[in-house]
Amino acid sequence: MSTQTSQETEEAEVESGQAEPHSPHQDRRMQERASKEERRQRLNDERTRESEETVEIKVFRYDPEVEAKQEPRFDTFHVPFEKGMTVLDAVMYARDHHDSSLTFRHSCRQAICGSDAFFINGRQRLGCQTQIAELDTPVRIEPLPHQEVVKDLVVDMDSFYEQMEAVEPYFQTEEKPDGELEEQRQSRENREKIKMGTRCIWCASCMSSCNIAAGDDSYLGPAAISMAYRFAMDEREGDEMKDHRLRLIEQEHGVWRCQTQFSCTNVCPKDIPLTEHIQELKREAVKKNLKFW
Amino acid sequence: MYEHDVLVVGAGGAGLRAAIAAHEEGADVALVTKLHPVRSHTGAAEGGINAALREGDSWQDHAYDTMKGSDYLGDAPAIETLCQDSPQETIQLENWGMPFSREEDGRMSQRPFGGLSFPRTTYAGAETGHHLLHTLYQQVVKRGIEVYDEWYVSRLAVTEDPDPEKRQCHGVVGYDVQTGEVAGFRARDGVILATGGPGQVYDHTTNAVSNTGDGPAMAYRAGVPMEDMEFIQFHPTTLPSTGVLISEGVRGEGGILYNEKGERFMFEHGYASNSGELASRDVVARAELTEVNEGRGINDEYVHLDMRHLGEERIIDRLENILHLAGDFEGVDGLVEPMPVKPGQHYAMGGIETDENGETLVSGLYAVGECACASVHGANRLGGNALPELIVFGARAGRHAAGTDLGEAIIETGRTEDTEIGEVDTPVAPGAIHADDEAVADGGSDVDDSESRRDATRSDGGDPRSEGASVIPEPDEVVDRAVQAENRRVDHLMEKEDGVQQAELREKLQKTMTQNVNVFRTEEGLKQALRDIREVREQYQDVYVDDPSRTFNTDLQQTIEMRNLIDTAEAITLGALARDEFRGAHWRQEYQERRDEKWLKHTLLSWNDGTPELWFKPVILEGEDKTYEPKIRSY
Ligand SMILES: Cc1cc2nc3c(=O)[nH]c(=O)nc-3n(C[C@H](O)[C@H](O)[C@H](O)COP(=O)(O)OP(=O)(O)OC[C@H]3O[C@@H](n4cnc5c(N)ncnc54)[C@H](O)[C@@H]3O)c2cc1C
Ligand code: SF4
Ligand code: FES
Repeated sequence: MSTQTSQETEEAEVESGQAEPHSPHQDRRMQERASKEERRQRLNDERTRESEETVEIKVFRYDPEVEAKQEPRFDTFHVPFEKGMTVLDAVMYARDHHDSSLTFRHSCRQAICGSDAFFINGRQRLGCQTQIAELDTPVRIEPLPHQEVVKDLVVDMDSFYEQMEAVEPYFQTEEKPDGELEEQRQSRENREKIKMGTRCIWCASCMSSCNIAAGDDSYLGPAAISMAYRFAMDEREGDEMKDHRLRLIEQEHGVWRCQTQFSCTNVCPKDIPLTEHIQELKREAVKKNLKFW
Repeated sequence: MYEHDVLVVGAGGAGLRAAIAAHEEGADVALVTKLHPVRSHTGAAEGGINAALREGDSWQDHAYDTMKGSDYLGDAPAIETLCQDSPQETIQLENWGMPFSREEDGRMSQRPFGGLSFPRTTYAGAETGHHLLHTLYQQVVKRGIEVYDEWYVSRLAVTEDPDPEKRQCHGVVGYDVQTGEVAGFRARDGVILATGGPGQVYDHTTNAVSNTGDGPAMAYRAGVPMEDMEFIQFHPTTLPSTGVLISEGVRGEGGILYNEKGERFMFEHGYASNSGELASRDVVARAELTEVNEGRGINDEYVHLDMRHLGEERIIDRLENILHLAGDFEGVDGLVEPMPVKPGQHYAMGGIETDENGETLVSGLYAVGECACASVHGANRLGGNALPELIVFGARAGRHAAGTDLGEAIIETGRTEDTEIGEVDTPVAPGAIHADDEAVADGGSDVDDSESRRDATRSDGGDPRSEGASVIPEPDEVVDRAVQAENRRVDHLMEKEDGVQQAELREKLQKTMTQNVNVFRTEEGLKQALRDIREVREQYQDVYVDDPSRTFNTDLQQTIEMRNLIDTAEAITLGALARDEFRGAHWRQEYQERRDEKWLKHTLLSWNDGTPELWFKPVILEGEDKTYEPKIRSY
């Protein structure tokens, strides 16, 4: 038995309200401004908070096996606040000091393992990368929307992994340099082009934020398409392979489903320009078709 | 029961490389890992991979630097293997599509790193580990290698024999984190442990929360020695509030360390008059702490690492990730302010004793990566030498386990003629481990279960000398019995209603380790740590799991991990107490010099019936065609 987290929170509405299409460039500028603003705000907050002792977090709870937790609910924890504290620190504290059954994935604490993506105050974020001081309190922490909940903040990742693997996410080329100690050459420009696409940490935030993915289980989704972009654009794989890759992402549940809502790009913790990648692949696919007409 | 030819436990860089190699040799191989592969801590590695690739460099120079860096505690056959195989393995990664940083001519970039005589650290931005991990996982997907992810391996299935060298490993016991099911995994040809570092023994560490020393502790209890555990590397540049690492790449690119007075202390206070910030890690870590201890630290806690002068373009090109880390985790903008840094636990040079093929003394059991000690790092690891270790020894162990003949190993495992038995002057007798310990921690309620007394299985930690040891059991039976023992342990932990929780014990253990077994070590501090660890061990008898659910029970998992942390912490501390000298990362207040006449040898710790036994074996300084003569390490 499992449940779906309710998207009907106030925060969720706010989020969908933000999903107005604007260009990635505009987006980044807005983000930059927002983050400067946030920082100033944070410094202010820190000063006020020094006198306060605790921060209140509300955490989503659900366990199919435990009677008391079969009905999804929120638990409130009060956690001593320290400067620099992240959302992950706070839930770890709650688990270690209040309720050892509080369950969530986490590991690296440095935004690289991708395991602690949660829905924090109505937005997909990594727990470890999110400073408590930057958030409104009480901080509301839920599992990623649109994924099945296994327990508390843990969601089932299988369908995400399946989509990632559907795009053949591995290097394929027939042409390797002669000689054991010869590397393939790659221009700096080309590495630069694929760089952002190689940064994905498989956190599934983008998938969770995407309305199309929510309504279409088979949609490849932003992360998988961006992964395909990373390989399709890699000059080391050659033209034939590129065509093959374009065919993969051009299928019914591929790039054409994307409605350029930018929600994925907005939440990606690694700042990957997902929507841009998807748009560029659309253009490439059109170009390819024109060639064959 | 699941069955494969080769089982690889752990899917970080070492485990993935091992699985690919075994698969290429035709073996049916599976990865069993407590995290999904891309969540492994290899992803956090930043700086790069050392490989002698270019004109003007050679594997011999790489080997020489590594031997010197190790403070002459590395074994030459292992080091030479590392340096000989690294170029080809690194190129292999590139051929598999890894996005390395590039030079104008399209070749892979290399940069200088601490302790290296040539800029041979090959890198992909400041996120080399992420790309290495993902590239290897992609190859695993491509080959269709089976992955059991979110399966926690908690016990090895090893035959029972009084002599550990006659034991054989037939598989492992895993438990499915998602469902709580305990199941046996039979390995027809071999089990390869690749479980990573034990950083969670400390509270200020660059390591992930999942790095709990599971591999070494399980192997230890199955009779394999832990080697050189006292050598813990403290990285000089970690962020003070979290332990997040600021790569050595920053100093490699020209980053400068300042104290509170704005002095470039590495030079001005004579810690490393030639290499300055690029001296090896142990040297820089001690220098920083000395500055702090002598009142020249900032906020009495840290020093500054400045990279502003490198310019925005170069920083973005080569160290962009560092800007994110400093910003997200310390609130500092590295382009406009210096970054606060202090030493933090980073790497375990010691681990499961292996030879240069990754084999341990128990047949069918291998270990690679940070959980292993083939002795390539000795007393101090050079930055950029761990990633090549993963791919070089991962590949070798995978091939060997799949039946390829790699030739006789030069390094001998286990006790030899040269073995010397040691003694530790400890505040409590080494054997003073509560009698119920096994029943609780290892689930082997063998004590009150007469059936399993005749058990021919040696579940790690069980009594190797019980009756029936002469019966050679079927491999399946060995695995089945290990599963039974594990079920008993889990049931015990789950059924107990009250007691102490692991989180409390973990905190206590981490605190004493950080306080007493850190960069600077004193005899009194080490003894205090040992007393604390043993207190925690006593309390662990009373541990219980509060979460009643079998679904994704991280409470249960952490409780099992806790036992491994205790064994690992004790081994580190016992080794540190035994080694009365100063070598590499191991500094002792009472003995401030290297004592080659006494200590050109490895410390080994064996689990004998619940009692840690200490012994030593000589370092091998003879290489392929030269002998490395110990010299003073100056930088
Ligand atoms: C922040 C950081 C930066 C670093 N930078 C560099 C660098 O620039 N260059 C360099 O050479 N080295 C670097 N290192 C060191 C190097 O990255 C590590 O030593 C190396 O990645 C360890 O790899 P591994 O495969 O042994 O283990 P890991 O990558 O830690 O993988 C361990 C695997 O074992 C699994 N596992 C553990 N226990 C169990 C169990 N009980 N059951 C099942 N599975 C289990 C985990 O799920 C995981 O898959 C760095 C280390 C850190 C922490
Ligand atoms: S693209 Fe970004 S949001 Fe999506 S899975 Fe990758 S890192 Fe996460
Ligand atoms: S804990 Fe690894 S990304 Fe947050």
